[in-house]
Formats: sequence, structure tokens, C-alpha cells
Amino acid sequence: MYGKRIDGRDFDEIRKIEAKIGIVKSANGSAMFKIGDTIAIAAVRGPRDLYPKFMQNPKSGILRCNYNMMSFSVDERIRPGPSRRSREISLVTENALMPAVNLEEFPNAVVDVFVEIIQADAGTRCAGICAASLALADAGIPMRDMVCAVSVGKVGGKIVADINKYEEDYEDGSTDMPVAFLPRRNEISLLQLDGGIKKEEIIKALEMARKSCEKILEVQRKALMEKYQNG
Amino acid sequence: MGLVIKEKEFVIPGDVIAEGIDYLPAQGVFREGDKLIAEQIGIVHVDNRLIKLIPLTGTYSPKPGDAVIGQVVNISFNGWSVDIGFSNLALLSVRDGSSDFIERKSDLSRYYDFDDFIIAKISNVGKGNLIDLTMKGHGLMKLQGGMIIDVSPSKVPRIIGKQGSMITLLKELSGCKVTVGQNGKVWISGENSENVIEAIRVIEKESHQSGLTEKIEKLLGGK
Repeated sequence: MYGKRIDGRDFDEIRKIEAKIGIVKSANGSAMFKIGDTIAIAAVRGPRDLYPKFMQNPKSGILRCNYNMMSFSVDERIRPGPSRRSREISLVTENALMPAVNLEEFPNAVVDVFVEIIQADAGTRCAGICAASLALADAGIPMRDMVCAVSVGKVGGKIVADINKYEEDYEDGSTDMPVAFLPRRNEISLLQLDGGIKKEEIIKALEMARKSCEKILEVQRKALMEKYQNG
Repeated sequence: MGLVIKEKEFVIPGDVIAEGIDYLPAQGVFREGDKLIAEQIGIVHVDNRLIKLIPLTGTYSPKPGDAVIGQVVNISFNGWSVDIGFSNLALLSVRDGSSDFIERKSDLSRYYDFDDFIIAKISNVGKGNLIDLTMKGHGLMKLQGGMIIDVSPSKVPRIIGKQGSMITLLKELSGCKVTVGQNGKVWISGENSENVIEAIRVIEKESHQSGLTEKIEKLLGGK
């Protein structure tokens, strides 16, 4: 133990974040979110008519998310198209964003969110949620709060924030815990766990995630300001 | 208590604008407990006790009295369905379809056929977003010739300008007919329509900067 991680970060330090709004011209709202070497692009289309008609909800609009990993995003080419994993992440993304959006004004309509991972280095679902939250705000969908997500975990007996690929594949076992926060309400909208961890460690990790999400929110705010306040 | 964020400041969704019960939420703002919270990206505007957001983005939300440009997508026995760039279609009933008398069982496509563009006024927005249109009013008509471009609905007030100053300028300098729908569709008809499109794109891009009128004058006047 030398007090530093493999890429020189502190235990509670997240990777360098970049965010950019309005990168998909044809969409109603779009955003790029980059954390370390993970890059996610989200595009929002809608609110628009929803078909087939039996899926329509006359009380409120619905949110539909689609997560996709580009075939070149990982070291070894992955088969393009939907997979068991991408269906799962689409679902958790939807559930993570659902408490933040308010679609009551759009009955019978759908808001489509497309998340594309163009470069993956662990933490893709969290990057996807952050990008989707920005894209929804850019599209002008009424939102109760922004959504920030980060993966925390336990690597080599230490609680660390924002795990990268090396740490995720650590030989002696690592625990990966993606967390999504609604920062104002201080609520958790996504919590998954892969690996083993003690109760006290979870509490410590969640506190670390909350602090990291505050940093992410600042970056998100800055990105939105850059587009709207200065042109 | 009171305002947390000052007037004319930029907010993102989830920002607390005011605390306490002194203020009331209007467009783009909602109440949660004793806090007023921003729902969209926008600029805070305080009007007495009302707090509203001037939205900087977003799709068009229909309001009664708006003049909009739409496309006929369906004809049924009692009227026309019109796409006005909103998630739900708007309905133009036979009764409000024309100032002429439309006989029963007459062929409705004689008035407005599929794919025709019309300028119509929103007469009513009901629950469940049922939008009623009317063609009875000044300047409401079927569009013939010209072209239609899309602009962001949040930029429409800029294109119209204060008391219609900008649009009058566009019309006078280019000699084109220009109609701006509140839903972000602009109809341009005339010989120099390319120049008008160019000018509108400049307005859209530099809407926040001062000296826009001079710039447009230069752009259209120089040609």
C-alpha cells in the first residue's frame, strides 16, 4: 500500500470529467459525458406520439431508454445490437431517471432517451445516466432534479470512488457499486452491487458517492451554462 | 425565507429559487414542501409574487390564442387532424374550418387536403392535450407556395421582436411575405427567400447579443 491508486488518484478522487451539450443536431436534446476514458453520448427525442397505441398512458407520458455499446468501444469487439446486458442497463437507466422527470404534461406521449457508449473504461452506466440527465435538461423536459451517477466500490480492501477498468478487473476481487443520486433531494435512484462488501463499508462508500456526485453536478451545471448563458 | 436566487439569473432543473410561502410558482417552476424549484433551464423572472422561468430551450407547448403553422395529416368525417409540432395532433373541426359555409357530406379535401400547410389559431387546449384549432380570424389561411423552415420555439419572440419590429424589418428589406408560427415554423414566400432564411438563422444564433437589428439591416440591405 502506497496510498495511491494505479492511475495516481486518491481513494476518493474521481477521474477527469468533461461534459458538452448539443452534439446531436437532429435530436431535441443531446449531451456528451466523459469521465476518464469512458465516453457516453445521450440523445433525447420527444415528447412525441407513442405507438403501438396500447402502450400509451392517458395520465402521463412515458420514458423509454435505450442503452447501447458501440462495437468498437471495448478492447475486443463486441457484437452489435441488443444483448441481455444492454437490456438490463436500459431498464436501470430508465428507473434511475424516472423519479427526476415529470411527464404529466405529455399524456399519451413518449420521451425517448438513447445512450450510446463510444468508449468504455468501466462505469459506463453511470456515465450514460449523467449524459442522459444533461440531454433531458437540454431538451427542455420538465425535471424535478438533475441526476448524477458514479460507481464506487472496494478494491484491495480499500473503499474507492469511480473505479476504472484496471481496478474492476483486480485479481484479488473487487466490488463495484454504481450509485445514482438526485442531488437536491439527496435521494438514491440507482443502487447496484457486484461483489462482496460489509455494511459499514457500504455506508462509507455511499457517502463517498454523494460527495463525488456534488462534483459531477458542478460539471453538469457548467456545461449547461456554457451553452445557454453564453450563446 | 424569500428569494434564494436573484432575478435574471440562470437556473438548471432542481435549483431552489425561493423558500417560504411568499411566492407562487408559474411557468417552469413547481412547489415542493415550502420550496419553489426550477423545472427547466431558464432565466428567473419575478413578477410581484409570481415566479416564472423564461425558458431557454424546450419543445412548443400550445396556448389558446397562439397562431401556429401546421400540416394536415388526416381527414376524418368531422374535421382535419393537424400536426403542429407537438406530441399530440390538433383538431380543426368542420365548424371552424372556414368562414364559408361547408355543406354536410361535402368533400373536406376540397378545403384542406393531405400535406397542406395552414396558418391556424389555437382556440382551446383541453385536458389530455386535446387542441382545437380555428381558421376564423385575420390572416389565417391555407399556405400556397413559398417555403417553411423550423426554428427553436424559444427563439420565436426574438424573430418577431418588440411589437413586431424585427419581422417588419425582415419583410420590408426583403420584400417577402413572412409569417412566424408560435410553434417555431416560419413560412417565407417571395423572391429573396434565401436571404430571409439566412437572416433568421443569424437571429437564432445571436439572439442574446445586442446590435442584432443593425446586423440584420446590413445583411439584407447590402444585397
